[in-house]
Parts: sequence; C-alpha cells; structure tokens
Amino acid sequence: MVYVMHSTRKIANPVMSVFTIENLRVTFDTTDGVVEAVKDISLNVAEGECLGIVGESGSGKSQTFLAALGLLAVNGSASGSVRLCGQEILNASRIDLNQLRGNDVGMIFQDPLTALTPHLRIGQQMAEVLKAHRGMSNRQSRQLCLAWLDRVRIPDAAARLKQYPHELSGGMRQRVMIAMAMLCEPKLLIADEPTTALDVTVQADILDLMSEMQHQHGTAIALVTHDMGVVARLCDRVQVMRSGECVERGSVEQIFAASQNAYTRSLLEAMPRLDSELNRSSFKAGAAKQVLDVQDIKIDFAVKSSGGLFARRTLLRAVDGVSFDLHEGETLGIVGESGCGKSTLARAVLQLLKTTSGNVAWLGTNLQQLDKQALKAARRDMQIVFQDPFASLDPRMTIADSIAEPLRTYRSELSRREIRQCVGDMMQRVGLEPQLINRYPHELSGGQNQRVGIARAMINRPRMIVCDEAVSALDVSVQAQIMDLLKDLQAEYGLSMLFISHDLSVVGEMSDRIMVIYMGRVVELGRSEVICQHPGHPYTQALISAVPIPDPRVERNRERIRLAGELPSAIDPDSAFRFLPSRLSAKVIGDPPQLQQVGEGHFVAEHDPVDSLLA
Amino acid sequence: MLAYTIRRLAGSIPTILVLIVASFFLMRLAPGGPFTSERPLPPEVLANIEARYGLDQPLWKQLWDYLLNIILRFDFGPSLVFKDRDVSDIISQGLPITLTYGLLTFVVATVVGVSLGVYAAMHHNTWVDYLAVSLGIFAQSLPNFIMGPVLILIFTLWLGWLPGGGWNGGQWPYLIMPVIALSTSYIGSITRITRSAMLEVLNSNYVRTARAKGLSERSIIWRHTLKPTLLPVVSYLGPVFVYVVTGSVFVDIYFSTGGLGQYFVSAALTRDYSVLLGITILYGVLTVIVNLLTDLAYAWLDPKIRL
Repeated sequence: MVYVMHSTRKIANPVMSVFTIENLRVTFDTTDGVVEAVKDISLNVAEGECLGIVGESGSGKSQTFLAALGLLAVNGSASGSVRLCGQEILNASRIDLNQLRGNDVGMIFQDPLTALTPHLRIGQQMAEVLKAHRGMSNRQSRQLCLAWLDRVRIPDAAARLKQYPHELSGGMRQRVMIAMAMLCEPKLLIADEPTTALDVTVQADILDLMSEMQHQHGTAIALVTHDMGVVARLCDRVQVMRSGECVERGSVEQIFAASQNAYTRSLLEAMPRLDSELNRSSFKAGAAKQVLDVQDIKIDFAVKSSGGLFARRTLLRAVDGVSFDLHEGETLGIVGESGCGKSTLARAVLQLLKTTSGNVAWLGTNLQQLDKQALKAARRDMQIVFQDPFASLDPRMTIADSIAEPLRTYRSELSRREIRQCVGDMMQRVGLEPQLINRYPHELSGGQNQRVGIARAMINRPRMIVCDEAVSALDVSVQAQIMDLLKDLQAEYGLSMLFISHDLSVVGEMSDRIMVIYMGRVVELGRSEVICQHPGHPYTQALISAVPIPDPRVERNRERIRLAGELPSAIDPDSAFRFLPSRLSAKVIGDPPQLQQVGEGHFVAEHDPVDSLLA
Repeated sequence: MLAYTIRRLAGSIPTILVLIVASFFLMRLAPGGPFTSERPLPPEVLANIEARYGLDQPLWKQLWDYLLNIILRFDFGPSLVFKDRDVSDIISQGLPITLTYGLLTFVVATVVGVSLGVYAAMHHNTWVDYLAVSLGIFAQSLPNFIMGPVLILIFTLWLGWLPGGGWNGGQWPYLIMPVIALSTSYIGSITRITRSAMLEVLNSNYVRTARAKGLSERSIIWRHTLKPTLLPVVSYLGPVFVYVVTGSVFVDIYFSTGGLGQYFVSAALTRDYSVLLGITILYGVLTVIVNLLTDLAYAWLDPKIRL
C-alpha cells in the first residue's frame, strides 16, 4: 500500500475527508464482452456528513461502493483511487481489507432477510464481528451487542440474541444490520438502499436511527438510494448518477431547489408527492353508476401451529369485514402496509381466492354464486396487473403470445391475422415498439414487461382493472410513465380501477377515493385529498407523516406522528382493538371498531383520542 | 422434536404394513414357486413339502401367520431354499458385513465428495475447479461393475497388494477395494451437487455481508456457507444411504464378501418367499428411518424448517 502518498494528501485536505473516491472505473468481463459499469466517478464523504448517491437501477451506484471495498463479483475489476482516512485501499489484499471492513467501514444492504445468514443466531452473527476485529470472546462481546441492540431500539434485546433472522420482522432485521455495522463504531457507514424493502413507517424509524448515528457518533454516511424522499430527509450533499457517470453534485438544498441538470429535474418531477395540490380528484361519485359492491368480506387462512403430538390448526383472519363500492370510471386506492391483507382482498374480489363469508357483486350479480362458465364470462370484464412484471409473465411465451392469450380465450372467432392486428394495436397503445413482438420477458426491462402486463389486461377492454402494486417494483421515472399510461387508458376506456399499493404518495396521485387498511380491517375511507390532507384515523396520520416528501425544506420541518407500541400479531384476536385500547381494557370486546361517518363520504373507524395512542 | 420423531415413527407403521402385504401378494402373483424345478417332483412329495412350510394353507392364513410371527416373536420364518437356515440367520449373518462396507462407503463418498465440491467452488473457474468437475463426471459415469474387475486386475493380479476377495472378519485389506468400487460414482455426484450448491451460496447476499464484516475466508466458508450448501446434498444422501448399507450384488459377487446383496437377488430368482420378504421389510424399515433422519438433518441445517 502507498503510505507515503496519503500522509501528504491528508495535510492538503482542510476538511477531514473520511472517504474519498477518485476516478473510479469498474468493468465486468461478461460473455458479451467487457461492460463498463462505473465510468470515472469521484466523490468524498467528510466526517459526520451524509452523502446521498442517487440513481436508478443500473446506474452503477451500488457497484461503486462494492468495488471500493473489494466486494465486486469475481468477473469485476476496478481502477482509480479509493482512500479511507487517507489510506489507499482500492484493490488492497484481502487481509488488509478485512481489517477495514466491519471495523472502519460498516455496510448495510437492501434486503435484510437475505443479507443475514439464515442459519446463524443474531447473537452469533454480531459476536463474530467483535471476535474478528477486537479479539473478544463471546462473553465479553455480549454486553456490547446488547447495548447496541438497545441503542437501535430493539425491544427485549437479550431474547433477540438467541433468535434467527427469519424470526424477526423486516424492520427488526434492518435494525440488527445497523447495530452489527455499528459495533466497532466505524468512521464510515455505507447504506445501500437500506429502506427500499421496508414499509414506510418502518422506513421512517430506520432513517431516524441512521440520522442519530450520524449526529451522535459522528459517523460519515454514504447513502445509496433511488428515493429522492429519503435523500431529502437524511442527506447533506447529493450526487446524482446515471449509467455509471455522475451527472450532478451539490448540497441537498441546491439539488432540490435549483437543479442545473435535466436528468435530476426529471427524477424530481417523477416523484409523486403527497402534499401536491394537483392530486385533487375531479370525480363525482354521485353521477356515475356503481359497478362493484363488496359487502362484509371475511377471509380466513388455516395456519399450522407446531408442538405436541398432534398438529393443531389456528385460523388467521387475513381480511375481516371489509365493505366498499366502486363506480364507473372511478379509481379506488387501497393502501396499507405489508401483511395487512390488501392483496388478499383484491384476489377475493376477482374470485381468485375463496372468501369465508361476505358478498362480491359485479354489476348487481353475486359473483360467488356463479358457476365456472358464468364466472369465466364475467372475468372478461375484470382484469388484474401484478406487482412483479417479470414473474407474472410466462417465461416460455413471447410477449405477443401473452398479450394475445385473453383474445384466444374470449374471442375465439378472431382469425390469426385479426389477433395479430389487435396485439399490434395494443402494443402501440401501451408504448411498446412493434419490433419487440417476438421477444421473451427476460429480454425486456421491468418497465417494458409491466407494459406487457397492462396490454394483456387491457386487450379485451375490461370494465374494471385491479392494479396490485403494479408500479412498486419500477424505477421512479418508469413508475411515473406507467402511472400516466394507466390514467390515459382509464380516461379512454372509462375503466374503473382498484389501485393497491403500500406507497401512499403513489395511491394519492392515482386515486379518487382511498381506503386505508390495517390488519385486515378498513380504518379509514374517503376522498383522496381529504385522506392526504386531513386524515382522521391515527393510523392514517402516522402513515402519512412517515412518507418522506422530496423537498428538504418541507421534509425537515415536519413533525413525525409515531404510534406507541409494536405491531400486534395477526393471529391475536385483540389486534382489532389496536386503536381502541380503552375498550379492550374495559373488556367490552363484543363488537370490533365500526366505521363512522365524519364528513361527506368520509368514514373513520372508531378509535381512542389520537393523543393517547401516540408515542 | 421428540414429539415429531414419535409422530413420524407411528405414522410409518401403516407404511411398513402396506409394504409387507403388497410384496407378499406380488410374490405369489409371479409364476412358479420355490419348489418348481426342471424335473417335476411327485405330487405327494410336493404336497408333503408344501405342508411342512405351510404353503398348503389359504393365502390370507399364510399372511396372517407370517405377520403374527413377526410381531410376537420377531421370527421371519425358515428359508425355503437354504436348508435348515432361518431368514433371521441369513440377515444377522449378512447384515453386519453389508453394514460395515456400506457405512464406510457412505462416509468416504460424503467426506471426499463434499470436500472436493467445496474446494472446487472456492476456486471457481480455475484449473482446480475444471479438474474436479471433469473427475466428477468421469467418476459418475463409471459403472461399478467395471470398477470391480479393474481394481482386482490392478491391485490383486498385477501388483499383488490386496486380497482379491473374501471377508475375513472385515479386516481392512479386504475392505479397501469394495469401498473404492462402490463409492466412486457417488463421489462424482456428490462433488457436482456440492459444487453447484456452494457456488450459489457464495453468490448470496449474506456471504457478501459476511465479507463486508471483514471475516476471514475460512470463517466464511465454515460458518456461513457450509450448512446451506449441505441442504441439497442431504436430500441426495438419503437414498444413497439406504442403497449402500443394504449392500450391493456386484460387490458381494466380485469380492465374495458374503453380504446381503447376493441373497436378495438369488432369493428373487429362486422364489425364496421368506428370505425375499425378510430383506424387503429390512429395506422398508431402513428407508423409513433414513427419511426421518434426512428430515431431522434438514431441520438442523435450516432453522426455518420447524418440525
């Protein structure tokens, strides 16, 4: 290593730079030749500073940091200069790097489930860091591990040490990752999409935690993300990347208020905003005809619980008494966090799943009473677009075949030429170029595949479409395009839409009305702008305050509304009374909380006074 | 886990019963019997012999008596072909022999196969890897009935280092060639399965995390990758275990070891009903136990699997 060089540079630098990358290039040797993933990137992170690296998928933002720490895949190679506290570390030996990694540099990754070793206990995984870098025995390190788990606000830390990763929730796992990365009090924390796989309320907690590390421990943070809202909340400086190059850099205020670069501006504009005034819906429910009427749906799943000589089954109520209606040309947004039952509900509406009780009526006919033939006929009017566009298309069928399949099912009178004509028109309508016609899903991008999914759903001109997290897996700019496409198609065909998402800002932009679901129950239902601006239920309020707004001035002056306590288990029958603890303690638990009308078309579930529920 | 084991063992009793009944009737369905020979016996002699072994009784009575004998006395009856020998005799004589060379084969194949596979994956795309993969394919495609004679030719006839056959109480010179011959093809498959499983694990996110924590390569391999790598290997090892510990005809024939394998084949050919049934039940019980062990091993390797 080049020790002489760094000492002179250290003096030359007035602000202590913890981490400096200069002219980094990363290339991968693939069967298609050499691919340049990162082209000439330079950046630096100072002590106690948070630098945001923003870019869409494939921009090389993750590879930049993996390369810097020698974590590239075997076919990758890097050149340039990377210095940690002035010491050159790029392409250093494994032994030298192992002294830095986990010690001077901590890393946290996107998906905390796959990023933790599944067969090792939390305690074992944390202790091995201290053993490698501090030579501590398990007994010595235990106190330190417990202290850090406490510091990242993990309840009952001693019990967690004995648990395996799959026994923790996603948010808990990410807290463990942070605690593990912070064990040796690193100078630099690299966070690669740390909150992308998490619910918004959990994301907000994790971001708060990272900001605490930055300010209390003086840790420099490099935050790699695609989410401008996250950047607005956390970062001091921003660097925008696109196809391996840096297109703009500056302070977070400069970038958000006065970006000089067209790409940065397009990224900012593509972000849906909860506080946007443009979200006003012009839809008048009174004038339009009711198409879908869902009454008191309940869906139970049997879950096996182990223990004892004989296996027992308990019932998990995924959806518990949900009622709503949908009008012609209307979009109803269904929002809720993971596991709240929103996708189950959507599948039940389309009769893809058996309901335990309740009614689903489509144009006045009860769908549950239809036989197979009649249900098939009715399904022509009701289509669905799924979250993962790649996984929901048959990998062995060309996209044209996938799009044409509903035609073959419902309009067998069409000739082969007419089908090709229809598919061609539809592809053009959803913005797919005609030469893609014989491609397979793996040859297309995520956005293109989602267009295929939409074309497939739309080709028979259905009257209702269910979008189940249809834009959640896409990059922001693609997300914005798909949302526009859906709106256009809706206006053109007079479609009704159920738009399901965990992302309140996306739902807010798409919907006329919004229904908020918590643990299988509706907690609030109302017009979109009412829900976003004047939410009545404490859960909705907490959800909205957790959604980051891509504007640092607004975002940093907002007050977070935090609910007290942890998420209850879905099997626990008391979970319905999460927001009515007074009734639970009074033991009057006959009726679950009912929806009460508080304004025109605005319903809020019964709850205790908001102040008593907040943390 | 104890409750699970008891539940599984209890659940396997009907399986074994069905196995006994089905093989009992299938055997009788096959033409011929233990006393059919080229020169027919006089009818009164045949009737006499059949009465002695109870073969003149109605089938259901024979089955019932057979089951009762097993349950009450653990007695599988006399052999119909080998005079004055009980099935229990044959099994208790042959089983220790097959168990010895079978278990040894299993251990050798697993240890060598897994080590080679792990080593190849750690040196992915280097000459070590290519060599291990080619050796694996070669070993896998080498039939053991060729390995047997070739080994005897080299080590007994040419070099004169090892005895060409026999058992001799299972002394190690008599064990080497049977174990090598029987394990070669398994080593090949296990190497290949281990290697590809290991490669997948090495590319996983949690190995990247382990590297980012600054752990040594040795601790990454031993602590973080070995268990998940073994998952697919274990599902292959279960059937292999049953197969090798119940012996192999070719080993018993080429190396004259006197194991169970040869009895099974000869009993099938001579319609020695009681020996055949006895060995079939042994196979069945072993399979049930090994399946249980495989599932327990799964639970040990992957804490997500709860029993």
